[in-house]
Amino acid sequence: MNDKNARALPAGLPAPGVEPLSAPYWAGTRAGKLVVQRCTACGRHQWGPEWICHRCHAFDLGWAEVAPRGRIWSWERPHHPVHPALTGHTPYTIVLVELAHADGIRMVGNLLCGPTDPVTIGAEVEAVFEPHDEATPPYTLVQWRLAGGA
Amino acid sequence: MAERTLRGKVAIAGIGETTYYKHGQSPDAEFKLALRAVLAACADAGIDPREVDGFASYGNDRSEATRLAAALGIRELRFSNMHWGGGGGGVAAAVGNAAAAVHSGMADCVIAFRSLAQGQFARYGKGSQAATVTGDDAFAVPYGLMSPAQRFAMKITRFMTDHGIRHEALRSIALASYHHAQTNPRAVMHGRPLDESKYDAARWIVEPFHRLFDCCQENDGAGAVLVVPAERAKDLPHKPVYLLAAAQGGHHRSAAPAHNAPDYASAHFKTVAKNLWAMAKMGPSDVDVVQAYENFTGGVLLSLVEHGFVEPKTANEFLVLDNLKFDAGRMPLNTSGGNLAECYMHGLEMVNEAVRQLRGTACNQVRDPNVVAVLGGPMVTPVSSLILGTEASL
Repeated sequence: MNDKNARALPAGLPAPGVEPLSAPYWAGTRAGKLVVQRCTACGRHQWGPEWICHRCHAFDLGWAEVAPRGRIWSWERPHHPVHPALTGHTPYTIVLVELAHADGIRMVGNLLCGPTDPVTIGAEVEAVFEPHDEATPPYTLVQWRLAGGA
Repeated sequence: MAERTLRGKVAIAGIGETTYYKHGQSPDAEFKLALRAVLAACADAGIDPREVDGFASYGNDRSEATRLAAALGIRELRFSNMHWGGGGGGVAAAVGNAAAAVHSGMADCVIAFRSLAQGQFARYGKGSQAATVTGDDAFAVPYGLMSPAQRFAMKITRFMTDHGIRHEALRSIALASYHHAQTNPRAVMHGRPLDESKYDAARWIVEPFHRLFDCCQENDGAGAVLVVPAERAKDLPHKPVYLLAAAQGGHHRSAAPAHNAPDYASAHFKTVAKNLWAMAKMGPSDVDVVQAYENFTGGVLLSLVEHGFVEPKTANEFLVLDNLKFDAGRMPLNTSGGNLAECYMHGLEMVNEAVRQLRGTACNQVRDPNVVAVLGGPMVTPVSSLILGTEASL
């Protein structure tokens, strides 16, 4: 995982389809930025993408860049491959990352670590943008690594 | 204003099910399985199937009410109902919806059912094979988060870590189901016992809390119950089993997108359980037998906690096999083998087992029970649960 070109998971998994509701997020990741919904009326961040602010019911949710870091809120390590592309490539590690500086929104990604490395709830992590340039259309996933790590 | 409640207003007069099969082994088509279960429930109740006037189901059941009504020559369809949400979150809701229809006068004789032949259609344990995924899946599937076990695992990790609950507590839940299946000839896992060493040696499905035997089966089969007004049930062959309460739903933003439910480490029963006990006019200490849907054993733990059956602080001590057995346990659990070992019929088999316990005809009969709780599929949303009782519980 020290190879900066290595990907968390093998090729062949489904790609994220870009939809009108989520397009600014995926445009952000292509540019190496974490861009999430932020209500222009009440100023609060919201995730995942929705058409309305669940707090104040404003429809004009805007988008804002947030610092690409957070803390591990929970985790799991799948062993059983449920997709052919994963056969022979398990286990891998999934984390749920809380962004306290963005109203506590949470994001799912892979933790870049070894298959037996311990995972600690509360550990600080930073985003690693993982481009899939060969895809049509290209997209960039957001992975995570321990903050200050190699 | 008169009290608005379903308590004691309707009864389950008939139960039915097909032979239960490992996925892919049913000789019958899924719709034929549904027909068999419905006919069995009607025969059990001593009611002509043509008299059925409603169907309620859940989990996007493919056996549509109108096709069933046509195939069975139903005289008049007055109620058809599909509860939102995947999996077995709606099992108790389907019974509750049937009950509401009967009590309100919309219908008189309603079947709540589930038919499912995973071998003939998509299996729940397989991930998406699509080239691209949209909606919520776009933020999960590309990271290898695609199956139900994976979707729920992080709830379990967080809850068990926060409360210091050990994997052995979940093992006891699995052992209880397998223990009871060994004396239930209907059970798919009948004759295939499980012990601690076999459980511990099983492969991981998802670390840190889901080994193979923590996960439900994938099966083919169908089950059905027949709901009628309480007064009518008294004139039918079996001892009436009354509905004492039904509740469904989810807490604040339990379905918030991309794993953002504010109260995330939850089975989603907190508000549902409150409403359930209020309608039943009782609490967990009044319950004699618990049927708690196992999609995964971690979900059973959360369901039991949120309904007040287990305290997180004492879960390690309380959740041991001896406490969960039908004959000597303090809280008999999943007495027919449940989803893990009888059949993963999305919990409908648990409703049938609850009725058998209250009739006194179960394979693993608890001594003289008056109240049984059925906790539907946890961690999905909406979820649902049910309290059933004998005449003495009214």
